[in-house]
Amino acid sequence: MKVRLKVWRQKNEQSEGGFQTYDTPELNPNMSFLEMLDVINEELTEKGEEPIAFDHDCREGICGTCSLTINGKPHGPHRGVATCQTYMRSFHDGETITVEPFRANPFPVIRDLIVNRAAFDKIIQAGGFISVRTGSAPDANNLPVSKEVAELAMDAAACIGCGACVAACKNASAMLFVAAKSSQLNLLPQGKPEKDSRVLALVKTMDEAGFGNCTNQYECSAVCPKLISEDFIARFNRDYIAAGFRSKFSSASSVSAGS
Amino acid sequence: MHKATHFFTSSIGKKVIMAVTGLILIGFVIGHLIGNLQIFAAPEVINSYAHFLQSMGPGLWAVRLFLLAALVLHVWAAVQLTIENRKARPRGYDYDHTIQASYASRTMRWSGFIVLAFLLFHLAHFTVRIGPYDKYNEMTATITHQGQQIEVLDVHSMMVIGFQSPLVSLFYIVAIGLLSIHLSHGIASMFQSVGLLTNRWRNGLANAAIAISVLYFIGNALIPLSVLFGWVDIQNPSLIASL
Ligand code: HEM
Ligand code: FES
Repeated sequence: MKVRLKVWRQKNEQSEGGFQTYDTPELNPNMSFLEMLDVINEELTEKGEEPIAFDHDCREGICGTCSLTINGKPHGPHRGVATCQTYMRSFHDGETITVEPFRANPFPVIRDLIVNRAAFDKIIQAGGFISVRTGSAPDANNLPVSKEVAELAMDAAACIGCGACVAACKNASAMLFVAAKSSQLNLLPQGKPEKDSRVLALVKTMDEAGFGNCTNQYECSAVCPKLISEDFIARFNRDYIAAGFRSKFSSASSVSAGS
Repeated sequence: MHKATHFFTSSIGKKVIMAVTGLILIGFVIGHLIGNLQIFAAPEVINSYAHFLQSMGPGLWAVRLFLLAALVLHVWAAVQLTIENRKARPRGYDYDHTIQASYASRTMRWSGFIVLAFLLFHLAHFTVRIGPYDKYNEMTATITHQGQQIEVLDVHSMMVIGFQSPLVSLFYIVAIGLLSIHLSHGIASMFQSVGLLTNRWRNGLANAAIAISVLYFIGNALIPLSVLFGWVDIQNPSLIASL
């Protein structure tokens, strides 16, 4: 099969950028989308042109490094699948495929299809951790966690931090990411002590980074390669309201511990 | 330290304001509809109801100011959130694609602002009765109030005459249609915004929101349509004589 690619090319953060069209040579339909880009890049390099820059690492759907908005949908056509595990057989022979970077002000384009997702790192630094004394491992079952809660926390922890939720959101909101990172810790006993300060710090950092506001359309969970549910956003809203109240009315809330 | 102002100017805080003020406004528009449906009873019924509201005095003003404050906050938060959302994505995608966001959810700003424009007209028309609508103030009818006959504003005739203008009726029906679309997203959305929604009843609520919005539209549209089709007509003898 062959496809025609309409790809966003941009030299660096400052330059304008624009679309360029490339026709691929004959492809194996079982190539991944990224392998198809590798093929184009080999051709470009042979011709002495600049290869298309794109992010990737594990290529097995677990690291969250790959990005790309393929025909308007982050991570391509399938539900619950990252770009690196999207295969060319999902497209028609001769199809024109539009490939754009993730678009959001807090995710500036560094080059071609690569965006800087450091805003997510700032959010993690603000509240995506627990403060514990390291030392010898605690006794097993010392901290009982029910199966339901453990599984729910694991569902949230499935987030690979790729940023597709931001890219798909009509408002470039980071709520699904932030809600997942918050819930995975807030649900468990180890995360409880810093719950309020975590939630307040996460919202503050997320707002300062310039992400948009959720309008409850759930485009985020529809594109999430790990299918994180919008239920975590409701939970996060609830936690934020509670933390806001407690920080105002309680003299000894956990807020004082963190901020 | 975390201040109250931070809470309400944060992203989630503003959504909470939208949700709470939205709920207040929904309470009003549904109550208002139920009141208005009395147009289908004898004229005394709605005229007495209107007189009862008018005679509340300071109570009426308290409710009005409360609703106005809710509306102002709702629109303020809508404007702030919209500006921030635009800034968060200065350059959109070339290939526009929507997966599951409903039409209503994508047009909240449009439906909201057109409803706001309608609201200003609606208040000038039936509440303040200014300009060409000043003449409504001269229309009176008799009702029985605490065993006595009293002269009150003839709200029944005012509504009928108002909706006998096809243009006014059309604007009214279009605005109600847009408000119903606004509510079909809003009613479900506000529960998510304040963190009360869970996946257990997410789909149920979304369907209920649509059902409520459709009923709301039918109930409201019935009023101007009934006037236009002549099912509800002027019954005030002195007005009929002067026609
Ligand atoms: C009687 C009039 C109105 C009612 C009953 C109403 C009701 C609601 C409700 C219940 C919500 C959902 C809140 C949430 O998402 O948490 C909402 C959202 C919203 N409303 Fe209104 N509203 C009214 C008028 C307006 C007006 C005049 C505007 C225009 C400026 C407006 C703009 C918006 C916007 C932008 C949203 C946010 C949409 C979103 O988050 O997706 N509304 N409204
Ligand atoms: S490259 Fe690691 S998730 Fe796609």
